[in-house]
Amino acid sequence: MKLTLERRQGYGQWTLLLTILGAVLVALAFGALLLLIVGVNPIEAYRLMFVGAFGSEFATVDTLVKASPLLLTGLGVSLALRANIWNIGAEGQLVMGGFAAAGVALFWSEWLPEPLLLPAVILAGFVGGALWGLIPALLKIFGGVNEIVSTLMLNYVAVLWVEYLFFDAWRDPRGFGFPGTAEFPRAAWLPRLTGQLHIGIIFGLIIAALIWFLLNRTTIGYEIRVQGKSPLSARYAGINVMRNLMLVMFLSGGIAGLAGMGEVAGISHRMQNGLAVGYGFTALIVAFLGRLSPPGVIVAAVFVAGLSVGSEQLQLSMNLPASFALILQGAVLLCIAAGDLFLRYRVRLNVRPPSQQMVAE
Amino acid sequence: MGQGMALQFKHLHMNGIVKQFPGVLACDHVDFDVQAGEIHALLGENGAGKSTLMKILYGLYRHDEGEILLNDEPLNASSPTDTIARGVGMIHQHFMLVPSLTVVENIALGLREEPADASFISRLRSRSVLDLGRIRKKLVELSETYNLRVNPDSPIWQLSVGEQQRVEILRALYKGSELLILDEPTAVLTPQEVDDLFLILRQMADDGRGLIFISHKLHEVINLTHRITVLRDGCRVGSIATQDATKEILAEMMVGRPVVFQYDQDAAKRGPVRLSMQNVESVSDRGTPGLSGVSMEVHAGEIVGVAGVSGNGQKELAEVIAGLRVATAGSVTALDKDITNAEPAKIKSLGISYIPEERMVDGIIKDFSVAENYILRDCTTQHYAANGLFMRFNKIKDACEEAIRAYAIKTPHTSTKIKSLSGGNIQKLVLARELSSDPQIIIASQPTRGVDIGAIEYIHHRLLEERDNGKAILLISEDLDEVLLLADRILVIYEGQFVGEVDRDDVVIEEIGKMMAGSAQHEMA
Repeated sequence: MKLTLERRQGYGQWTLLLTILGAVLVALAFGALLLLIVGVNPIEAYRLMFVGAFGSEFATVDTLVKASPLLLTGLGVSLALRANIWNIGAEGQLVMGGFAAAGVALFWSEWLPEPLLLPAVILAGFVGGALWGLIPALLKIFGGVNEIVSTLMLNYVAVLWVEYLFFDAWRDPRGFGFPGTAEFPRAAWLPRLTGQLHIGIIFGLIIAALIWFLLNRTTIGYEIRVQGKSPLSARYAGINVMRNLMLVMFLSGGIAGLAGMGEVAGISHRMQNGLAVGYGFTALIVAFLGRLSPPGVIVAAVFVAGLSVGSEQLQLSMNLPASFALILQGAVLLCIAAGDLFLRYRVRLNVRPPSQQMVAE
Repeated sequence: MGQGMALQFKHLHMNGIVKQFPGVLACDHVDFDVQAGEIHALLGENGAGKSTLMKILYGLYRHDEGEILLNDEPLNASSPTDTIARGVGMIHQHFMLVPSLTVVENIALGLREEPADASFISRLRSRSVLDLGRIRKKLVELSETYNLRVNPDSPIWQLSVGEQQRVEILRALYKGSELLILDEPTAVLTPQEVDDLFLILRQMADDGRGLIFISHKLHEVINLTHRITVLRDGCRVGSIATQDATKEILAEMMVGRPVVFQYDQDAAKRGPVRLSMQNVESVSDRGTPGLSGVSMEVHAGEIVGVAGVSGNGQKELAEVIAGLRVATAGSVTALDKDITNAEPAKIKSLGISYIPEERMVDGIIKDFSVAENYILRDCTTQHYAANGLFMRFNKIKDACEEAIRAYAIKTPHTSTKIKSLSGGNIQKLVLARELSSDPQIIIASQPTRGVDIGAIEYIHHRLLEERDNGKAILLISEDLDEVLLLADRILVIYEGQFVGEVDRDDVVIEEIGKMMAGSAQHEMA
């Protein structure tokens, strides 16, 4: 008796869902093992995490506040990945979106009519991230630079740039040495739904729908999918691969930029330390967990946000490090990647065929 | 089991073999046997179950039901290691050789010399020391016995395809194979190389080995083998002695209905020049010269066939015309316009269709539906997309359904993923797509490779029909029979150059074969 792998012809939606759920369960089991090692009852810990993330209105709102930047960056990253572009730079694009939004909020309020200020801030957030995302695309087209490297490196440029701004150039002189800009005028604040939850999450849902429409209902989306699946076919089909590359990176960066805009204009109302906390990197986990599909990314963003909010609860009540969430996220990503095996192969338990057993006897 | 020793192989019996894959019954109670001294052909279309049956025999797959008896003893192999130890060898269609190693080194790969005695030192020695000299000596003996001429010290990459195949055979013999499975061994050879191979195979059979020859080329099977077993849809249709077999009988067994081998075609009505190339040069994927000064013309209403052994510039030729590969020198003119290094989309829009050689790589997208693949090259046309942006799914579905009807493509639905279709049906869809724009010039690269006989017939008829409608067709095929069957004029390509041109009525196969092998090699022989 032994296990063998057989190549599948294809797989259905249920198989896909099962592998994802399976991967999450395996990751949670791995987490449970770690919890056991440090002497914590894993069932109790997971119960606490769940309560901490979704157990009350306050907890759920907190989770959704974290979910909205993850949703936006996750959508941006997944759109690029659909074109087989590895945008590891969502963090930098988020930061540059926040920077552009903050700049408009702080310095344009004097001359821009008040009702136009918020739209301008939102637009600036998008454009800031989009232009930052366009740089790797241009480097790839004109210099043949691998986008994984360039998007990753540009993160550091962006993060250090905004740190310079809020530590120095744009620092609020009345901020008692606190690193951050002055508070934005009220006209530049994103409206809130409840608590700290601002309308950024609605942007996320709308953009998810728009991306779905773009990919599935338009020729540009079709071309993006073609070049994502097979660059050779794209050339054969006569697709303008370069144009689509620029477009995808522009949109991908812009969507991540909206996340940064939401952080500064929706939550802190100023640009301050804590803008770059890794949403752009976690976005990759969200994108893969959501299998690069907009509806999937929505679910994944809420799940991953719940993990991290839930772990904060663990820290409070069980005195466990909150980085437990990071361990779980990493485990989920690895399990999802490993789970692909089950989409391509069917595992069979081979028992020696009865006829041969008879012969052997 | 080496030289001079009597062979142990007497016979092989596979009884009632069943292999179920998800959704497909690949082998349905198949019986098969080989006797010592026999060359037994396993004939069938793609997907008939030949390869699966042989992979079961070789130990790559496990069968669900049935038994395999080698010399009346069960062969319960769980991997090829077991079957090789029992004297079964397989020559794969794609060679399993390391290009940078020499012939001897390739043979030595994975070999383990028997330890001289059971002592620890002997066992350690046999596991750690590689006695290349001894392997070389035995190899030279083997290659002399079977006239398998190959320089044992050449690195593989310097060898021709035919020589590489000899290395594969030598390796199998070296490992003591007495029952050899040959998976479409002639697919990559020139006619002369095929003749050489057959001599070797006959000698091996005369020595008492058993040979299983997998093929779908009828004349080769009739030429070489003693007995023929035909599979269709996973079932054994029957076995006949080769002396009683004719092409017609075999084809009918394979397809399940009579097949015509000669098409009634009128003489070509040649029109004006549609496509011409002047001294075109290009570079291959490996950076070596792909085309070195190619000039030719294709007229309206004719099929020009390009014959040649795989890898002599066929791929580069097609891609340069289609705009997918840069021409480093020379010019390409189509319909009186210069299209040298033009964008693929522009070349397509001028009325040049291209059926690519590797349809699974660039011709289609495996994970896309049939309908999505059908519009691959025309997705932004007004017919399929409003303002070139918003896709009109009803129109796309209608057009695709019409193509499915017109080309008799077997698919459950337009939304079925194309990879679940058979090779023949995929190729028919590519053909339908490429002909849907009513092109003036058709570049057909390996249009029937890996396609079943029924679909081959259909594709051939469509190409001839297009010819009669005044289209200029460039047919690039490594299947010489196909070129001979369809082409009005044959160009022979060798090392990126046309080395000969033959008119349909003046064909001497041997001459074409010599040209395919290159004149230099011909002079040496």
